[in-house]
Amino acid sequence: MTTRWFGAPVQRSEDPRLLRGRGTYVDDINLPEMLHAAVLRSPYAHARIKRIDASAARALPGVHLVLTATDLGELLEPSPLLVPHPALTQPRTQLPLARDEVHYAGAAVAFVVAEDRYLAEDALELIDVDYEPLPVVASLEQAAAEGAPLVHADVPGNVAAHLVQRVGDPEGVIASAPHVLRERFVMERGSAMPMEGRGVVARWDAHEGMLTCWMSTQGPIPIRNGLAAMFHLPEHKVRVVAPDVGGGFGTKIMMFYPEEILTPLAALRLGRPVKWIEDRAEHFVSANQERGQIHDVEYAFDDQGILLAVRDIFLHDTGAYTPYGIIVPIITACTLPGPYRLRHYYSEFTVLYTNKVPVSPYRGAGRPHAVFVMERIMDRIAAELGLDPLEVRSRNFIRPDEFPWDVGLVYQDGGPTIYDSGNYQAGLERLKEALGYEQFRAEQRRAREQGRYLGVGVACYVEGTGIGPYEGAQVRVESDGRVYVSTGVTTQGQAHQTTFAQIVADQLGIDPRDVLVTTGDSQAFYWGVGTFASRAATVAGSAIHLAAVKVRQKAKQVAADLFEASPDDIELADGKVFVRDAPQRALTLGQVAIAANPLRYSYGENARKLMQMQLAGPRPGPALPEERGGPGLEATAFYSPPRGTFASGAHGAIVEVDPRTGMVTILKYVAVHDCGRVINPLVVEGQVHGGVAQGIGGAFYERLVFNEEGQLLNGSFMDYLLPTVEEIPPLQVEHIETPSPLNPLGVKGAGEAGTIPVAALFAAALDDALAPFGLRIREMPLDPCRLHKLLKELQSTQRA
Amino acid sequence: MYAFEEPGSPPQFCEEYDLTVTVNGRLYQRRVPVRMLLSDFLRHELQLTGTHVGCEHGVCGCCTVLLNGEAVRSCLLLAVQVDNMALTTIEGLAGSSEELHPIQRAFQEKHALQCGFCTPGFIMSVHAFLHENPEPDEQQIRQGLAGNLCRCTGYHNIVEAVKLAAHYLRSSQSQREEA
Repeated sequence: MTTRWFGAPVQRSEDPRLLRGRGTYVDDINLPEMLHAAVLRSPYAHARIKRIDASAARALPGVHLVLTATDLGELLEPSPLLVPHPALTQPRTQLPLARDEVHYAGAAVAFVVAEDRYLAEDALELIDVDYEPLPVVASLEQAAAEGAPLVHADVPGNVAAHLVQRVGDPEGVIASAPHVLRERFVMERGSAMPMEGRGVVARWDAHEGMLTCWMSTQGPIPIRNGLAAMFHLPEHKVRVVAPDVGGGFGTKIMMFYPEEILTPLAALRLGRPVKWIEDRAEHFVSANQERGQIHDVEYAFDDQGILLAVRDIFLHDTGAYTPYGIIVPIITACTLPGPYRLRHYYSEFTVLYTNKVPVSPYRGAGRPHAVFVMERIMDRIAAELGLDPLEVRSRNFIRPDEFPWDVGLVYQDGGPTIYDSGNYQAGLERLKEALGYEQFRAEQRRAREQGRYLGVGVACYVEGTGIGPYEGAQVRVESDGRVYVSTGVTTQGQAHQTTFAQIVADQLGIDPRDVLVTTGDSQAFYWGVGTFASRAATVAGSAIHLAAVKVRQKAKQVAADLFEASPDDIELADGKVFVRDAPQRALTLGQVAIAANPLRYSYGENARKLMQMQLAGPRPGPALPEERGGPGLEATAFYSPPRGTFASGAHGAIVEVDPRTGMVTILKYVAVHDCGRVINPLVVEGQVHGGVAQGIGGAFYERLVFNEEGQLLNGSFMDYLLPTVEEIPPLQVEHIETPSPLNPLGVKGAGEAGTIPVAALFAAALDDALAPFGLRIREMPLDPCRLHKLLKELQSTQRA
Repeated sequence: MYAFEEPGSPPQFCEEYDLTVTVNGRLYQRRVPVRMLLSDFLRHELQLTGTHVGCEHGVCGCCTVLLNGEAVRSCLLLAVQVDNMALTTIEGLAGSSEELHPIQRAFQEKHALQCGFCTPGFIMSVHAFLHENPEPDEQQIRQGLAGNLCRCTGYHNIVEAVKLAAHYLRSSQSQREEA
């Protein structure tokens, strides 16, 4: 097989449509007779609902339906717990509409359906809710404090979960180590902020008995299964489609958001299509968030800078509910060892409820926190011993001949945390060179003489990607020779229509433009999980590859029968299926597909040509020999990874800081990235670019600020600062390819990687730039004001 | 904006207006509620759904359209404010059968879009920007794009695309002048 498309920078097939404004995002779906919904949200972070009077709203002309908790009947059930875990002893999930109590500001209290969105919002103002405010838990510290108010009255101490993992003998090693340090690191909340908010359009077709929902989601198939159960419909009578999705970054893998139940319910009750579109103000208080953790870490190292042991005890803010179980803190615990030979590690975390928006994975999903802690440790070891921070990392790296490397922890999927492959030193070397690390020190000295503060920071990470349980795909050659692929994962901008087509094109010897890929439609492919955890290319990509291999084998078999040749002598290339060394004995792939489907009647150009060719005529025996397994050139395959595959990277940046203002300018940014074999470098680089930009936001601009009443104070794009093009520098991406031995393509996930190390290297670069001030960053995210304040504090301590 | 005298009394804001507007060269006459946003008018009344709404408070730039050639945010305008004016939306740059506009082509070639949601707004902003600045340097490009948010691309390839688009537009301009 000649690999031609895999690895090539193929331009995206999805672009012409999107560039013309012909994408179909949920809010672009306008159906006849469609009604519009709006959600009344709690203004209180914690309150008892004493009474709801919706009569005025119901009486407003143009209002078709007002739902409150008491109108939901048997649907008034907490949303299913997606990922149970034995350590999660007090799981709590959300009701579609709050009944007696609201647990965060933004919780859905009522749902109005009206002729248009304007009217629906008018009606919200007419709903009278009598709230009795209750004491609020607005921060992690507060949640953990003795005698703290309770988020859920029946959850003592606000503790949802507690988990301890231990590798080796950390206490013994720390007791006898030459150097031991303790530090506290604090991470605060941010938000994924996809440019498209959430949204649902639901249509009930009574004639077909079919419920169709278009949702801006990363997991339509599990939602299909859930809706079918809730509404007592056969699964095949519920179709959930994630059409074009305007970014997800994890926040859209949550299920069920209340509106994902309420909108179909309204469509079923009213018999008319209903649309609900989340606006940005709602997104700030109703779409899941992440990142709040506090780590108390104790670590030991020797005189050579070898890290001997780590004891990390952390608190994790899960918000008001645990819809996603304890996935995020488990990932934090398992990511912390990073690329280092850490043999003695104690990890303990407590998951605490707060009266804030629920937490579920956001790009990076617990990893930026872990990398922040570990990389801060590496930098500190270097500072304590007067060593180069990169040298300390090199001394601690797992070596290429030590794979598979068993970290000794249980990963988020319940399997062992075993690194399959990697070459961390090679990545760091590449980074050092691309960054101009050696030369930078001289530049830094010169700048400092001029009163300018330049600094360099580097961070390394290992990232679990491509977890199971499985994905599947169907690959079918249609009569015109084009190939149709369907799979259960979704696409939120990752270019699956292109990269999946590249995988198939190589197997079938065709142009990827002749491969049509459908993702995110539960009716197109029945089985699947979703796009999250950097798994689509690895898991669905492998399934597609396996299905395409089967189709290739079948095409060879059918052509061999037609040409009376051996299947081993049949080749597929340039859209043709032909006998090796006799290229005149050739059919197009479409003709073979027709021949593989013995019919009395065939249509189209390919069929006519096939008839004229008078190949092998009627034979004795069945028209479909057993070994063909069915008509047509079609195959379905599933891929279930034995465990996750571990990607890695090393990022570095050179920054300039103005200590008078706290403003930071990134002068250079380099990402060295190893996601195994690269299917499409354009796409992977784009993923890394976007991840880095989100990481920069999460390191220096994006902090959700809540007051002591649990009210979000910066819930708009004027106040919560997404980086613009002026904050993001040109980005240089370098690839290293250490193939994964776990899957047939040798690929690893790439989607989240860019985000993961940024806060850590930002902290390192700031420390380096402001070393004359004795700065040591222990928190993320920062912002110019906060940095300025830290410097002021340092200066006043120094003066004192 | 409006006050209710009694809870439950019908709100008093249902005034409508007969709007005449040219969008992508086509004249439309529609009766619209005066409170309807221009973005909603384009998307839901004219079915021009290529103009996207990302924040509804004038920051993200997804809803950018050209009003008499100038880039404006359609979520910050009421439909009635564009009475008797001419608008261009993303659908007006290249029809389905036509070739992509040079800016669109540059975005594809430089992989300057991922989810595509912010893309129409960017392209309309770039259109107005390059009209004003046909030979921008990188810093000018970055300043010119700072009113549009993208959450997928990290902007790197968008900046590259704008450089390429400027080049394409200049060469087609000089070709026209030669002809």
